[in-house]
Amino acid sequence: MAVIRTEKLSFVYGEGTPFRKVAVDNVDLEINEGEFIGIIGHTGSGKSTLIQHFNGLLRPTSGEVYIDGEKLWDDKKKLRDIRFKVGLVFQYPEYQLFEETCYKDIAFGPKNMGLSEDEIDKRVRETAQLVGLKPELLEKSPFELSGGQKRRVAIAGVMAMEPKVLILDEPASGLDPKGRSQILGLIREYHKEKKNTVMLVSHSMEDVAKHCSKILVMNNASIYCYDTPANVFHRSTELESMGLAVPQITRVFDRLKAMGANINDDVYTVGYGKDLLCRMLSDKGGQTPDDN
Amino acid sequence: MLKDITIGQYFPGRSPIHKMDCRVKLILTIVFIVMLFISGNMIGLYVGVVFTLVTYLISGIPFRMILKSLRPILPIVIFTSLLNIFFIRTGDILWEWKFLKITDNGVRTAIFMTIRIVCLIVGSSLLTYTTSPIDLTDGIERLLSPLKKIRVPVHELAMMMTIALRFIPTLIEETDKIMSAQKARGADLETGGPIARAKALIPILIPLFVSSFRRAEELALAMECRCYHGGEGRTRMKQLKLHLVDLIAVFYVAAFFAGVIVTNILFKAVT
Repeated sequence: MAVIRTEKLSFVYGEGTPFRKVAVDNVDLEINEGEFIGIIGHTGSGKSTLIQHFNGLLRPTSGEVYIDGEKLWDDKKKLRDIRFKVGLVFQYPEYQLFEETCYKDIAFGPKNMGLSEDEIDKRVRETAQLVGLKPELLEKSPFELSGGQKRRVAIAGVMAMEPKVLILDEPASGLDPKGRSQILGLIREYHKEKKNTVMLVSHSMEDVAKHCSKILVMNNASIYCYDTPANVFHRSTELESMGLAVPQITRVFDRLKAMGANINDDVYTVGYGKDLLCRMLSDKGGQTPDDN
Repeated sequence: MLKDITIGQYFPGRSPIHKMDCRVKLILTIVFIVMLFISGNMIGLYVGVVFTLVTYLISGIPFRMILKSLRPILPIVIFTSLLNIFFIRTGDILWEWKFLKITDNGVRTAIFMTIRIVCLIVGSSLLTYTTSPIDLTDGIERLLSPLKKIRVPVHELAMMMTIALRFIPTLIEETDKIMSAQKARGADLETGGPIARAKALIPILIPLFVSSFRRAEELALAMECRCYHGGEGRTRMKQLKLHLVDLIAVFYVAAFFAGVIVTNILFKAVT
């Protein structure tokens, strides 16, 4: 069964004012459990608005959202439970930290769930380890940490609720390359370990191509396509026309194809590209450059 | 959503009143208030009422805005009228019950005061309806600039006002974001008693304070990087100049003012 399903979901900002803007337009979507989904789309395409519907932060102007088959907004009291089921990490989540210690901040979500002290303690320590925070950091004030560490604390704060679906809005933005790959690595680790659904909003085609099993492309408030990375990045010209791009490595191989190289596969990760090149070179029967 | 609340009361438009120099507008508003207070009888006050209505018509501000500006002062109006009705004991008695006494003078004064207060509020809110907050601080700065001679930091005060106004929408947006983020972690802002609710604000207020301080520091740095060093020798993007419309406005207000003085001489004052 689909863990998230939307039916003709629409959201309009500033209805009835001169500033009226349709942010999400008639979206039908079905997301299955256990997927790792990348959401891409140009700035203002409605990604952030869409994901805020999945945990009931925004109320649709029209249409319905179902989480685990349960209709949202039927019973307002159930909204809080939905928020524990669908964890949302906002952009720059480190600005939401407020407790005296990292431990207490990570425990904020689980505490709101009404878990027992033991369970909270277990979850805080587990997630801290998962996001790579040393135990001694847990007793420090979050405001003393570096930017990358703050972000880990903030992400851990949502992960500790063990939501069925974890949604992250550009979790790696503003970090250096090392911090980027570490954050994305730990999200992937989390996905592998918990087998939960993960949705990742990103502007980096490389990141999306590398980690995701499916990609959701948003364009002008509606869904352009929802498909596997191979199928999505196959449509490079269409993506470019809507202000997006394909991963650099895909462009390199597209050019190689245009130059007459005999490549049939779509390449969208560096790792696969490397394997393919090596295979091609060895297929040429020892005619590697070294032998000439 | 929080974003929908309006900042200030500015109501954009293209009327002659919108086009006026806001210094002139400020001074004429003060003249208008004086005019209401020197008018000693009903007839003089009617001049003030007519002035207010005509000026509203010229400004093109919808009349429902008048009601909107009156809502907050309704308690004051009721309170003063009650005081006047029950505590003025001269004149013919209209109604009596034990120690309470209502006289015709009392009723007349109550009506008089009510019209005066209503006119005062409605007329002066026209200033904030037709002037954007930024223009208003600019105008106040200009008008107060003689005070610089006695070392009142007029420019600095105006700059602080301007910055505060500029950052209200930013802070609202920030609050919105933090609220969503904490709600996503199950923060409960809507239920519980007053103490529980106050406690629920902590996760919102602390990040908001932290980011405000950060922002203030960044803004100060950015201003210094662009060589800001206070008001001395600073020129302006918007030069305030007097136009024909300002002159007409002065004569327009002067005419009504003269009218009030004439009525004061011709008619008897209300007690």
